[in-house]
Amino acid sequence: MNLAPHPDAFVPQLYRAGRVIRELHDTVTLEFAPLSGPRPAFEPGQFNMLTVFGVGEAAISISGDPSEETAFVHTVREVGAVSRAIAKLEAGAVAGLRGPYGKGWPVAAAEGSDVVIVAGGLGLAPLRPAIYRILANRSRYGRVSILFGSRNPADLLYRHELEQWRQRLDVEIAVTVDHADASWRGNVGVVPALIRRAAFDPHDTVAMVCGPEVMMRYTARGLLDAGVAGERIYFSMERNMKCAIGLCGHCQFGPDFICKDGPVLRYDKISGIFAVREI
Amino acid sequence: MESLERILKEHPFFAPFAPEHLQLVTGCARNHRFAAGEYLFHEGAPANEFFLIRHGSVALEIAAPGKAPVIIETLHDGDIAGASWLVPPYRWMFDARALELTRAIGIDAACLRGKCDADHDLGYEMMRSVLTVLQKRLQATRLQILDVYGRH
Amino acid sequence: MNQALEVGAQAVVSLDGIEALIAALAAQGYTVVGPSVRDGAIVYGELTSLADLPAGWTDRQEAGRYRLERREDGALFGFAVGPQSWKRFLQPPVETLWTAQKTEDGYAITAPQKPAPKYAFIGARSCEIHAMAIQDRVYCEGPYRDEAYAARRNNAFVVAVNCSVAGGTCFCVSMQTGPKARAGFDLSLTELSEDGRHEFLIEAGSEAGADLLRQLPHQLASKTHLNIAEAVVARTASQMGRSLDTAGLKELLQSNPNHPRWDETAGRCLSCGNCTMVCPTCFCTTVEDSSDLGGASSERTRKWDSCFTLDFSYIHGGSVRNTVRSRYRQWMTHKLANWIDQFGTSGCVGCGRCITWCPVGIDITAEAAAFRAAGTAKEDRHGES
Repeated sequence: MNLAPHPDAFVPQLYRAGRVIRELHDTVTLEFAPLSGPRPAFEPGQFNMLTVFGVGEAAISISGDPSEETAFVHTVREVGAVSRAIAKLEAGAVAGLRGPYGKGWPVAAAEGSDVVIVAGGLGLAPLRPAIYRILANRSRYGRVSILFGSRNPADLLYRHELEQWRQRLDVEIAVTVDHADASWRGNVGVVPALIRRAAFDPHDTVAMVCGPEVMMRYTARGLLDAGVAGERIYFSMERNMKCAIGLCGHCQFGPDFICKDGPVLRYDKISGIFAVREI
Repeated sequence: MESLERILKEHPFFAPFAPEHLQLVTGCARNHRFAAGEYLFHEGAPANEFFLIRHGSVALEIAAPGKAPVIIETLHDGDIAGASWLVPPYRWMFDARALELTRAIGIDAACLRGKCDADHDLGYEMMRSVLTVLQKRLQATRLQILDVYGRH
Repeated sequence: MNQALEVGAQAVVSLDGIEALIAALAAQGYTVVGPSVRDGAIVYGELTSLADLPAGWTDRQEAGRYRLERREDGALFGFAVGPQSWKRFLQPPVETLWTAQKTEDGYAITAPQKPAPKYAFIGARSCEIHAMAIQDRVYCEGPYRDEAYAARRNNAFVVAVNCSVAGGTCFCVSMQTGPKARAGFDLSLTELSEDGRHEFLIEAGSEAGADLLRQLPHQLASKTHLNIAEAVVARTASQMGRSLDTAGLKELLQSNPNHPRWDETAGRCLSCGNCTMVCPTCFCTTVEDSSDLGGASSERTRKWDSCFTLDFSYIHGGSVRNTVRSRYRQWMTHKLANWIDQFGTSGCVGCGRCITWCPVGIDITAEAAAFRAAGTAKEDRHGES
């Protein structure tokens, strides 16, 4: 008896790695195009599960332009065996890919309001697709501010792009680093401090935040202190992921499954457990 | 003197101050202009002046031999440059270098300290406002030490 | 014998009827699975005949304690539940998801093509049937379906047994999951083994069940049979070893993540994960990728996992739930509270296995009661500013 073929959510599709860009000393951006068939559409904030055969699978946010339809773009930082293996893939290598999964940024819902995007370190990667889409539809939004914090100037992700965005007259970009030496002419300090100086109407702003959890916690405090309502602040959360389709239990954050109820979650809905240790 | 009082009143640090306290403070204040690269003060020097930044940016730095100085924090419009003028031994603990053309208010520290001693209500307001700024600085500094972006 | 039996019809069969039932199911191509005595416990395995059933055995269960004892009669199902549940057949502990072979220009992935097994479960208790329905919701009603589970589930023929014995740790009455099976079965049996008789009230719960019943030697059920069966179930319901007050329990647990009770229990819990292995609704799994030494072929395997393992919640650099306290809290809060947000029902069916098989006898009903008794502890949030 042959089971009729149907898409099995556990089985990866085959994708070929294309262009590889070294971003930072431990971070690369790769393109992945399907070996056959169209590349599925995705929403900013979603992620894929990338497989290096024989090594394993990891959840990586999509960091490319959603209006580009031929390949998935992923920015990968080497933090473990699988991410290291992904980062070492050369152009032409075949990998497995499942996705896209998850609930993404409220880009459409933010139309008509000011937008504040707050990114810390690699957190800029899952926000980049949202930035692309907002800038492509710039007239639909009020003031747009991008606040980005990193460890030091050498670790500024997408630096070239940040400089290009800064050249636009309709976007405010503020960058800060935790540490720098005197050759750095920019800001030194933490990201929440940038919030106080950004231009946005706290009563009509949508904030999208991504970065290390500690940074997101203090950023939320900064946004709330500035008068932004908790229902308009969105975080992208991260937890251990195995199946990415809500069946293995690993990514639970309170009652939410990060893989299907997130990774983008509204702050007011999670603020209760966000403050609890080891949840 | 009158326009200086208006300038002081416009600075966010003095926003909560009562007009009579502002008047007292104005008596010790003067305007400053620093060119890019110019130092407001150096580590170890007597902390004679309470600086409030009006426009521009200032890097707080610590110099180490054999290396370029490390920037601890960048200050901007509306910030104050430290509290060493208020706390003995009244010596600056780091360098402050203007990153661009910067306009600042300088309030003579001895004069201000004297006025605070004479008028404790003014003194209380000063302490409270400086403490608020320092507490935020301390939090930010702790976050920086945490190295949240580093590989865990 | 070939009367027009419909769904809902009730008849009576003897031991011969049960033997015939097993044979008929096997003849229809089912792998017949049911309870047997093995290694000092009653466990589920393949049944070839009536003789494999644990006739004349019962179990004595308490927190951290399980012993088999001989009964005075030869009742086939005179026990509560053993350490296993049917989830080991519907969601096997180890399953290959796919294999990949290296090819000239990439890889070729194959998903296993074996047809789904056809299981006939003999002796599924009401709590277990509820547990299967709960797992159905997890695996089949989310945005992604586990097709392999769905196929095994669709193929399964369920012969329920209405419990005649309540276990020392049972609390299905509190969870409204028994002791009588009201739905979710093809056939259901109530064993009538007192006063010298040994027969079974049998009810058809589906077309397939009615079909099979027509093939078995049976008589129509009389009023007496029905009354005796009702009495058996009522007696079981009155003898529950435990109870759990679920009113407001979800809010109580979700709003007390820093209750001192968690510390107390953490002092006893070994984080061994037994409770998750024996629980009929726990569904957590992990995946492992492996390859041969040359890298020419690799495979991904799915295995049962437990939220009690340290690396269950590992994210770059460390585990989110580093302490036993946080892991016990996760399990209990998920089971009794978060599950309701996720799937609309409690995750607990009151089978008592977690109580029986915990090496230190942690009792989920006692824990819940402790939270209730202590009232709401003062919220203690770690510094927000």
